[in-house]
Amino acid sequence: MSVLPELARGRSGRTPVPSVETLAIRTSGDGTTRGVVAAVEAALKKPVFGCHMCGQCVLHSTGLTCPMNCPKTLRNGPCGGVRPNGHCEVKPEMRCVWVKAVSRSRKLPWAHEIHDIRRPVDNRLFGSSSWVNLLTKRDHSAPKRWDVPT
Amino acid sequence: MSRLEHAIQAGRLVLTAELPSVDGGGLEAVRRHLVRFADWVDAANVTDNPAAVAHASSIAVAIALAQLGMEPVMQLVSRDRNRLALEAEIVGAALHGIENISSLSGADVSAGAEPDARRVFDLDSTQLLVTARAISQGCYLSGRRIEPPPHLFLGAVENPGAPPYDYRVDRALKKARAGAQFLQLQITFDHGRLRAFMAEAVAKGLDKQVAIMPSICLLRSARALRFMDENVPGISVPQELVQRCERAPSPDEECFEIACEQAEKALGLPGVRGLHLISFRRDDAIGRLCERLGIPKRVEREAGEYRRDIAV
Repeated sequence: MSVLPELARGRSGRTPVPSVETLAIRTSGDGTTRGVVAAVEAALKKPVFGCHMCGQCVLHSTGLTCPMNCPKTLRNGPCGGVRPNGHCEVKPEMRCVWVKAVSRSRKLPWAHEIHDIRRPVDNRLFGSSSWVNLLTKRDHSAPKRWDVPT
Repeated sequence: MSRLEHAIQAGRLVLTAELPSVDGGGLEAVRRHLVRFADWVDAANVTDNPAAVAHASSIAVAIALAQLGMEPVMQLVSRDRNRLALEAEIVGAALHGIENISSLSGADVSAGAEPDARRVFDLDSTQLLVTARAISQGCYLSGRRIEPPPHLFLGAVENPGAPPYDYRVDRALKKARAGAQFLQLQITFDHGRLRAFMAEAVAKGLDKQVAIMPSICLLRSARALRFMDENVPGISVPQELVQRCERAPSPDEECFEIACEQAEKALGLPGVRGLHLISFRRDDAIGRLCERLGIPKRVEREAGEYRRDIAV
C-alpha cells in the first residue's frame, strides 16, 4: 500500500492533496478491496493518462485526455488563453490538454460526448477509485441543484 | 429586466464598454472613467481582477456604477473563489439590483502580478453559468431556496482567436446551453478569425441563442499592440497591423483608424448584435468611434430613431 501516495502525488498543487495518513485511512478504513482497486487504477492510469485520481473519471467523454492535467482543471473545454501554436497558457512547453482532447475525441465513435456539460468535481472523491465510485454510483454525486439540458 | 437585456430583446444594436480597473480615488475615480463613454453604451463591463492582477472588486465597482447611473455588467472569474464565494457574489450583486453577470474562467495566476497565489478554479466558466442560472431560478447549488428568485441576465465570453479554432463555436454553444444569454467575444485583431467564427456561429444557430458582441480594442501606439501580442494570453496581433501603425505619421491616429475599420467590419458580419469596446486610451475615443460609424448616443437609440440593419 505504501506505493499509493507516490502514485497519487502527480495532481496539481491546488487540489486538496490527501496526506499519506488520510490516504491510508481512506484505503484501509473503507476496506482493503477499495484500497487495492485504487492502487491498481492509479498504477494503470497514471502512466497512460497522467491520472490525478480525482475519483470521477471523465476520460471517456474527453477524447481519452485527462482534463485534470489542465493547470486550471477545466472540465468543459479550453480556456481563452491557448497559444497560437496550440500550447498551454500556463505551461508553454505543454500542448493544451483541450487541443488534444478535442482532436482525439473526433476519432472516437462517441465523438459527440465532448459536448456534454460536465458537472463540478466532488472534492471529497479525490484519491479514491473512480471504478469503485462508478460501480457504487458515488461519482454521480452532482450538487443537489445541478440542472443541465442533455 | 436590465437595460442591456431590454435593448437586446428589442433587437437594437447594443454597445458595451469596459471600465478600466479602479484602485484608489473613491467614486470619483470611477466617475472619471465613466464620463468618457457613459452617453454611448447600454452597459459597462466591470472586470474581476483582469490579467490576474488585484484591483477593487467587481461587485464593489458594479455597485458604484449603478450609483452613478450606469448599468454594470459584472464579470466574475472562477480563478479566485470557490463555489460558495461565487454564489455569494451573485446573490449579493442581485441584492443591489445587478442583473448582468458575465462568467469567465480568468487568466491564470501565473500571468499576473502575484504568480505565487493559489489558483482556485473550483468551477469552470460553464459550471459557473449553470450555477448562476440555478440562482436565477431560485436555488443555490445545494438546493437551498432563494425567495424571491433574482432576475439575472447571464453572459459569457469566447475567444475566436485562440486554438482549437474549430471548437470555439461548439464551446460557445455549450455555454448557451449552460445559461448564457449574451456572448462578448475576446479581442480579435485578426478579422479572418472573427469572420470564420461568425460564419460557423450562424451556421450552427449560435446567434439565435445568444447575442454575440465582438470586442474592439482602442490603443494608441505600435508598442501597445506589440505588448498585447506578446503578453496577453489568447490575443495575437497580426504583424502587418503593428507595422502599419509603426510606419504611420501619427501612430495614435492610426490605432484609432484600425479600430474604426475593425468595428465597421465586425458590424458587417451576419449574426453580430453589437460591439464591446475596450479602450486603453485616456480620451473620448469611444464616442469618436461611434460618431464615425454613424451610431447615435444611447438615448437616441432607445428612442428608436436609429435602426442599423443587422446583417443576415
